[in-house]
Amino acid sequence: MLKDITLGQFFPGDTIVHRLDPRTKIVLLIVYIVALFQAVSWWSYALVTLVTVLAMTLGHIKPKNIFKGLKPMLFIIVLTALLNIFYTQGTPIVEGWIITWEGIGRSVQMILRIVLLITGTFLLTYTTSPIALTDGLEKLLSPLKRIGVPVHEMTLMMSMALRFIPTLIEETDKIMSAQKARGADFETGSLVQRAKALLPILVPLFVSAFRRADELAVAMESRCYHGGDGRTRMKQMKLQGIDYAAFALGAVFLAAVIVLRHFGL
Amino acid sequence: MPELRVEALTHTYSAGTPFQKTAIENITLTIPQGQMVGLLGHTGSGKSTFIQHLNALLQPTSGKVWYDGKDINADKFARRDIKGQVGLVFQYPEYQLFEETVYKDIAFGPKNQRLSEQEIDERVREAAAFVGVEESLFERSPLELSGGQKRRVAIAGVIAMRPGVLILDEPTAGLDPAGCRQILDNIRDYREKTGSTVILVSHNMDDAARMAERLIVFDHGHVAMDGSPEQVFSRPEELVAIGLNVPHAAAIAMALRQRGVRLEGSIYTHEQLKAAILGAKEAGVC
Repeated sequence: MLKDITLGQFFPGDTIVHRLDPRTKIVLLIVYIVALFQAVSWWSYALVTLVTVLAMTLGHIKPKNIFKGLKPMLFIIVLTALLNIFYTQGTPIVEGWIITWEGIGRSVQMILRIVLLITGTFLLTYTTSPIALTDGLEKLLSPLKRIGVPVHEMTLMMSMALRFIPTLIEETDKIMSAQKARGADFETGSLVQRAKALLPILVPLFVSAFRRADELAVAMESRCYHGGDGRTRMKQMKLQGIDYAAFALGAVFLAAVIVLRHFGL
Repeated sequence: MPELRVEALTHTYSAGTPFQKTAIENITLTIPQGQMVGLLGHTGSGKSTFIQHLNALLQPTSGKVWYDGKDINADKFARRDIKGQVGLVFQYPEYQLFEETVYKDIAFGPKNQRLSEQEIDERVREAAAFVGVEESLFERSPLELSGGQKRRVAIAGVIAMRPGVLILDEPTAGLDPAGCRQILDNIRDYREKTGSTVILVSHNMDDAARMAERLIVFDHGHVAMDGSPEQVFSRPEELVAIGLNVPHAAAIAMALRQRGVRLEGSIYTHEQLKAAILGAKEAGVC
């Protein structure tokens, strides 16, 4: 049951999108988000949607997987849509109603905006392994090292946290079963009782998380890990032709959206 | 006499998704009260899935489990009550300890059964005595005990529910030889004194040979062999083909026989091996 959670799941593959440098993809995602928030007209929304669908097709990402990831956001999407329908001034669709044509238009645009935003970020995590992602982030943020930001340590913590999510989920499952076998009840009772019932899971989970952290630290130290200074990589990241092409297309895309906005289209 | 009966039990994980996997398929068997059963099988053979069906932690995809003539999955009350009747000790059970004191941790199970204070106290002391946890440890934190002690406290936590069937998944994994022997002796004592059924999951053939009166061998979600240790260990080739071993004594006896030594009877414990070798010496065949 806990295993069903998809958290930035990675789908391995060998498409153009997968082969792009992680840095390129992170930068392009930022460009994409900026473009998305510049979009005001239906034309620009159409353009952003077109680009998204194109990227999905190139990365072999099935719409089904995107929808699965959208499910947890359903509440926010519906709420935003409803608020926009009821709170936008304009011409009512029927004389005397609060619902206006403008409201409907706005709420459709808001839905599109949220869905596209999430889809864009999913495209990044679906096509980039967590390790490549944190490596890319470290490289991108490395100028900050000069002003004393511990970039390497931060990204290392990120990749470790990502690495241990499945392990801890599995562990939680095991501990839950063991406590259920001793008659623990997690499903009935008042809210307070249920919160209390979590204690037999949380205590062993924390104990084991600390144990794992200790073991990991010892394992790293015994392999002479001593921070990021002077550390080299087995896989060097290098920008290729497709990366530059992707940057160029990204720039054209952003320019197009801004031009559309400028001309009020 | 209550008995545990499993009828055409099948369990499929993640049914209807690409990750669909049938862990156990069409398993039917009966375990009478008081039997000491050894459950053997390599990793992924379905034995863990199987034992979690015996106390309704997992619900069968199809098939039924009966205990004492009742369907244990009949309703949610049946599923709750069965947890106290069929006690399941998971692998590395010390990782489930959570209370502030040893006493409270052992009392967790009986407390969930909603027993009176007095009854709980009685059971905690009884369970602790069974596994050799001294009462002087009761007020200590379970997290500061040694590995072997933690393991015994965790087993006591299940025994304290007074289950009619006690299932232990690899109870000796990761313990030193002395700790192993002690735990196995405790389990044997417990069964003799209470008349409970004990199901011991193991891939240590020597433990199984020494402890069990019946062995059930799992392979790829099916029951590959089911019989007395003599019957099962008399088919060493099949055991090896499944990926399991024979007990040391049986392996030695097999090697001796191949070299022309005539040993009498079935041999799978050290005692039997010793007796057979001495017998052969007396008869002058070696």
